[in-house]
Amino acid sequence: MDKPMTAHLDTQNPQDLAGYRDTGGYMGFARALDMTPAEVQQQVKDANLRGRGGAGFPTGMKWGFVPMGQDAPKRKYLVCNADEMEPGTFKDRWLMEGAPHLLIEGMMIAAYAIGASRAYLFLRGEYRLCARRLEQAIREAEEAGLLGKDIQGSGYSLELHLHTSAGRYICGEETALLNALEGKRAHPRSKPPFPQIAGLFGQPTIVNNAETLCNLPGILRRGPAWFRDLAADSDDAGTKIYGISGRVRQAGLWELPMGATARQILDLAGGMQDGLKLRGWLPGGASTDFLLPEHLDIPMEYDAIAKAGSRLGTGGIIALDDQHCPVGMVLNLIQFFAQESCGWCTPCRDGLPWAAEILSRIETGKGCQEDLDELSKLCDFMWMGKTFCALAPGAVEPMRSGLKYFADDFQQHIDKGCCPYRQ
Amino acid sequence: MKIAIRTLDHTEHLSQEEIQAIEAACAHYEQRPAAAIDALMIVQRRQGWVDDSRLEAVAGLLGMSSAELEGIATFYNHIYRQPVGRHVLHLCNSISCWLCDVDKLADHLRERLQLEFGQTSADGRITLLPNVCLGCCDKAPAMMLDGELIENLSAEKLDEILASLEGGEDG
Repeated sequence: MDKPMTAHLDTQNPQDLAGYRDTGGYMGFARALDMTPAEVQQQVKDANLRGRGGAGFPTGMKWGFVPMGQDAPKRKYLVCNADEMEPGTFKDRWLMEGAPHLLIEGMMIAAYAIGASRAYLFLRGEYRLCARRLEQAIREAEEAGLLGKDIQGSGYSLELHLHTSAGRYICGEETALLNALEGKRAHPRSKPPFPQIAGLFGQPTIVNNAETLCNLPGILRRGPAWFRDLAADSDDAGTKIYGISGRVRQAGLWELPMGATARQILDLAGGMQDGLKLRGWLPGGASTDFLLPEHLDIPMEYDAIAKAGSRLGTGGIIALDDQHCPVGMVLNLIQFFAQESCGWCTPCRDGLPWAAEILSRIETGKGCQEDLDELSKLCDFMWMGKTFCALAPGAVEPMRSGLKYFADDFQQHIDKGCCPYRQ
Repeated sequence: MKIAIRTLDHTEHLSQEEIQAIEAACAHYEQRPAAAIDALMIVQRRQGWVDDSRLEAVAGLLGMSSAELEGIATFYNHIYRQPVGRHVLHLCNSISCWLCDVDKLADHLRERLQLEFGQTSADGRITLLPNVCLGCCDKAPAMMLDGELIENLSAEKLDEILASLEGGEDG
C-alpha cells in the first residue's frame, strides 16, 4: 500500500535535505514552480484534498478565495497551523519529528499557489524536538536556495519563519492564531472578513493544518488522480494519519487510506488491553461526539462520521474502556475546555466552568436530578451561533453525546450518591 | 506642575544578547509588537520567569505599553509571571493520560514533593504545574520537565527522575 507521507518518516533519524531529495523530495515543489499558481490550485482542487485539522474544508476551495493577479495585495501570507493541542491528537508531532522536510515542502507549494511571499510555521512551544528539527530543515532549504529570493531562477521568492507558541488551545482556531502571530492575546476574530481577504497584519492569509500541507508534495509530484486513487473505496481522497489512545494494547498512529474504519485502527492497536471492553470512542479528539462500539465499522471519513452523529475531527481516536467512568471522562474534557476558553464571549467563559462544576458535583456523588437538566440546557446555551468561535460548541459535543449514550451512568451517580467506578 | 516622565533604559534590565535576540525576532514581523511573545520567551530563559522590570523593559523595546504586554504575558500558559523553581515539572492532565490513571501519579507527586499543583518547593528546587494535552497520547502518562517531554511515566520512573535532578531529591 502506498504511504506517501510516512514513506519519508523516521522519528529516530529524520531525512536530511539530501536524503529527502533522494526519495523524491522537493520534486513536487519543482513541478509546482513549472506551473502557474492557478494551475497548482487546480491540481489540489482536482485531488479533492480536505483540511486535516478537523473541519475538513476543501483545501483548494479555501485557497480559491485569495485575491490573485496584478491587482492583488503584494503581501500575502501562508501560515502552517502546527499548534496541535487537541487532546488525544499527536499526528502532527509525529510528522514534524519524523519528516520535517515534507512539511517545509508542503508549505512552499501552498505559499506558491496563493502567491505568498512570507510563510510562518506556528508550532506549539511544547514540541521542542519538532522545533529543533524544523529549524534545521529550514536552514538546509535556505542554504540550498529552496527558500529565499528568486528560488531556482523562477522569480518566486519566499521567506519562512518558525514561530513557537507559548501555549493556549485557542491558538488552534485560525483567526486566534493570527492574533497570536501578531503578538496579541489569542482571541478569535469576527468573520467576515475572512483571513483569505484580510488575515495576518490585514493581508490575505491562508492557514492550513500541518498534515494537510504534508499531502501537497505527493499531489504535485504524482497528480490528483493518483491521490484520489489512494482512497479508491472512499468518498474522500488520499491517506490520513489515524491514531488511537486510551487503554488499547498498543496506542499509536498509522497512515491509512481515507475511509479506514475505527475497527481496523483498533485492530492495528491490538485491541483493548486485557480484561477491558470498549465502551465508547471519540473519533477525532476531545471536541468530537462520542460514538459506540456499534459504530466501529463506519468509514473514518468526513461525511460518514458526520452522518453517525460525530465528526472525523483530527482522526485521533480516544477509546473509553469499561473500567473508566464516562462521567469522569466528560468532566475531564470539560475541565480542559473551561481552562482553555479565551474568555472573550460569555457563553463559553461562564458556561464551561458552570458545566465543569455540575459535572464535578455529579461525579463526586453530590448531584441531583435537576443537574442533568441544567447540563442539557448548557449544551444549548453554548451551541453554534451563540458563541464567538467553535471552542464551546466543540466542548458541547462530547458532553451532549455522553449524556445521551451514558445516561444510565449519570443516573447511577445521582441515585447511589457516588461514582460506581470508584467503589 | 511639572510631571517627570521616566524613560526606561532597556539595557539596564536586558543583556545585549537578549536585545539582539529580540531584535532578530522583530525582523520576522511587520510590526515590532508582533514579537511580544517571542521576546517574553527570550527574557524568560535567564531566570525562568519574567519579572516586572524586565517586562517593562521589553514593552519599551517593542514600543508598546507595559499594560498591554502584561495582558499578553498572562494569557499564555508558558510565560511565568511569578518565580518558578530551578526545575519546572508540568504533568499532563488531559484525557489520554487520564485514561492511563495520571490522577494516581499526580497524588504520588503531591505526596512525594509535599506540594500542590501551582506551588514551588521552599528550597526553590522544583515547581509543580499541570499541563493540557502534551501530544504524547500513545505513550501516556506524560510530562514536560524543564521543556523536554518525558513519556511512559510510572511512579518508579518519576521517583528515579526526581532523584536524579540536581542535588538529589533532598538537595
